[in-house]
Amino acid sequence: MKEGDVVDDMTCPHCGKSLLADIMCEECKTPKVAQFIVSAFSKLIPFYICTKYGCKWHGLSKRDEHLIKIKIPRQEMPTQDPILRTNNFEEVPFGYNAEMAEMESARCMQCKKPKCIEGCPVNINIPAFIDLIHQGKFIEASKSIKRDNSLPAISGRVCPQETQCEATCILGTFDKPVAIGRLERFAADYERSMGSVEIPAKNAKTEKKVAIIGSGPAGLTTAAALVKMGHTVTIFEALHEAGGVLTYGIPEFRLPKEIVKSEINYLKNLGVRISTNMVAGKLFTIDDLLNEQGYDAVFIGVGAGLPVFMKIEGENLCNINSANEYLTRINLMKAYKFPEYDTPAPRGKKVATIGGGNVAMDCARTALRMGSEESWIIYRRSEKEIPARNEEIQHAIEEGVKFKFLTNPVKYIGNKNGFVKAMEVISMELGEEDKSGRRSPIPITGSNMIMDIDLVIIAIGAGPNPILFDSTPDLKLNKWGYIDTTDESGKTYKDKVWAGGDIVTGAATVISAMGAGKKAAYAINEYLKKS
Amino acid sequence: MYEILDKKSYSRQTIISMRIDAPEISRKGLPGQFVIIITDKTGERIPLTIADNDPVAGTITLVFQIVGKSTALLGSKNVGDYIKDVIGPLGKAVEMKKYDKKILVIGGGTGIAVLHHIAKGYYEQGNKLISIIGARTKEFLIMKDEMKKISDEFHITTDDGTEGFHGFVTQVSDMILSERGDEIEFAVAIGPVVMMKACCDITKKYNKETIVSLNPIMIDGTGMCGSCRVEVNNETKFACVHGPQFDGHKVNFDLLMERQKIYLEDERISLYKSIK
Repeated sequence: MKEGDVVDDMTCPHCGKSLLADIMCEECKTPKVAQFIVSAFSKLIPFYICTKYGCKWHGLSKRDEHLIKIKIPRQEMPTQDPILRTNNFEEVPFGYNAEMAEMESARCMQCKKPKCIEGCPVNINIPAFIDLIHQGKFIEASKSIKRDNSLPAISGRVCPQETQCEATCILGTFDKPVAIGRLERFAADYERSMGSVEIPAKNAKTEKKVAIIGSGPAGLTTAAALVKMGHTVTIFEALHEAGGVLTYGIPEFRLPKEIVKSEINYLKNLGVRISTNMVAGKLFTIDDLLNEQGYDAVFIGVGAGLPVFMKIEGENLCNINSANEYLTRINLMKAYKFPEYDTPAPRGKKVATIGGGNVAMDCARTALRMGSEESWIIYRRSEKEIPARNEEIQHAIEEGVKFKFLTNPVKYIGNKNGFVKAMEVISMELGEEDKSGRRSPIPITGSNMIMDIDLVIIAIGAGPNPILFDSTPDLKLNKWGYIDTTDESGKTYKDKVWAGGDIVTGAATVISAMGAGKKAAYAINEYLKKS
Repeated sequence: MYEILDKKSYSRQTIISMRIDAPEISRKGLPGQFVIIITDKTGERIPLTIADNDPVAGTITLVFQIVGKSTALLGSKNVGDYIKDVIGPLGKAVEMKKYDKKILVIGGGTGIAVLHHIAKGYYEQGNKLISIIGARTKEFLIMKDEMKKISDEFHITTDDGTEGFHGFVTQVSDMILSERGDEIEFAVAIGPVVMMKACCDITKKYNKETIVSLNPIMIDGTGMCGSCRVEVNNETKFACVHGPQFDGHKVNFDLLMERQKIYLEDERISLYKSIK
């Protein structure tokens, strides 16, 4: 059946009512124009549609359905105005409303063999939750996600979907993929805003105690999974607030702390105990936990928290900060509310952020919000290799962040008070591919130039913090200083100890840490059952 | 929440000593280590070196000088009040053992409190101490009796001559080292940066290794932010995890002084606002 077909009668196979309306085509005056297809699509598809019976997919074949679905454009999320938002720390995208979510969910082909599930590090049943959204069962959709992912409001916001689930979406081969992340975020936000977050059923309580070190994405995921399996779980966090990088690292305008708090509260309601101000390796050791405090297993999810510097001349001048310092001051310590909050943050008129990852985007965009006039991203490779999420780069460009590609700092120059006033940079060109598969940048001799800069943020990555390892010499580390594991589940070479997230893989994404946490939780559960 | 059990103030109430209920930290804390404290919900994370700990009572003692909003706020808390967060023990402890020769310990200002904890540790190992403590004026001298108790030889200096030697701790150090340098194994100097720098200039002359305790600006205190970068032997170190004690002859004190002043303007705004 196609647009303009004239038919004698047509009934909905679902509700049995006639779909023919008693109207004439206004163009050709043909009587009884078939008007099919239903619901919200009416606005988008060049079919004349009757919605009076409230049925969806009236009499459409699967093929017709697919043909229509691919005509629905990917739904954009409304966002705060770029000019306005550089003056506040409120979240940039507003998220879908119910109508948009239903529309977007209708685009999903409901593949028989969904590739998106494989593309997801925690293997969320994506078609299932999208179908629930499509049926208008938003709360059920959120619950469905939570079976595989305890923190959907977070991963929906910060996951690099374009390289994971959405990269494998079949729609993406001829159009844009389904906006899985935005739908995930919608479902989670809907459930929370309705106040209908329920505590799922837990297994019968076991006698086993598990200690989790670090309350970032890896630790929270492991804790949630283990507590549902019936174990007693305590998380030890070194900072005064839980959440790890979600709290100290990712800015308010990308991941509101209210959301992090409510996701953590959900875990607390599940029965997870979170103990803050506990610096593992200083206040207690892993052996203390196992031998003295009676824990049966330990999971280490301390992340990659050691800032990396470039070791170039002048790097210790005032107003040269690690991204960790800059973001911790502003996010964790709320320096953007100074002097209401006591912690100040460095300010500069011309800010340079070194690096091209999500953290660099966060810093460059934060700097604008802190009142900087110019905010530069200095990245040593080209636009093609930049590792940040598309959305973050787009938002940064909209807000006025400027990019200098193929450029690297070689030296910082200070004023008489020891503050940075300029930066010497060198142009780079791309050479052969290195082990990571990216072309390695090579400096072009003699291309040095000076940039006037009064605040520098170094966001070139992070390394493993040795504070825990110094007190646990029997943890085997790899050559980069991360924890070496014996298998996929993150079992370490130390008895009863698992690890996962950045402390095993090196700096990666929130969701891969959550994936590792989930795997470890299953392995720990298996171990506890046997022991 | 951590309860304040005891509070003393010295020197016209500009230096405060507080004993805080923190059983876990007191069991693990060693001389030279520090804690991070957050006074209340909007407070900063400020590092304070542990001036004493009592594992039996489960308490630690902190001594600090009121210099800005955060220390003023902390100082305004009284016995029975609570401090929101106390995090520690952080940093490396000082190695404690018995040395053959005497140890020269030099303290200035609130640094005397930190020095006392370390010196007491040495004393308990059976070491003999030559102590010099100094301050601007008599009223600013703290922990005189405590220091005297553990010292083999005890000197006081004041800049204005109101008590003890009229002059600086460096002058007394210079005299002692020139007279009896070979009796001394090494030195420990803790106090304001200028004082530690000046002490190191003196001990360098006599080639006596000198331990100093650095107090750069910190946030997390666990090696995460790099705010506390110091240069030692031309290498960048994090005072929070590699220190706070370092070989004073290798420390770049000028850099430390510059970096301590990064937020001078903000600190002034914060203090002004809190007074208003």
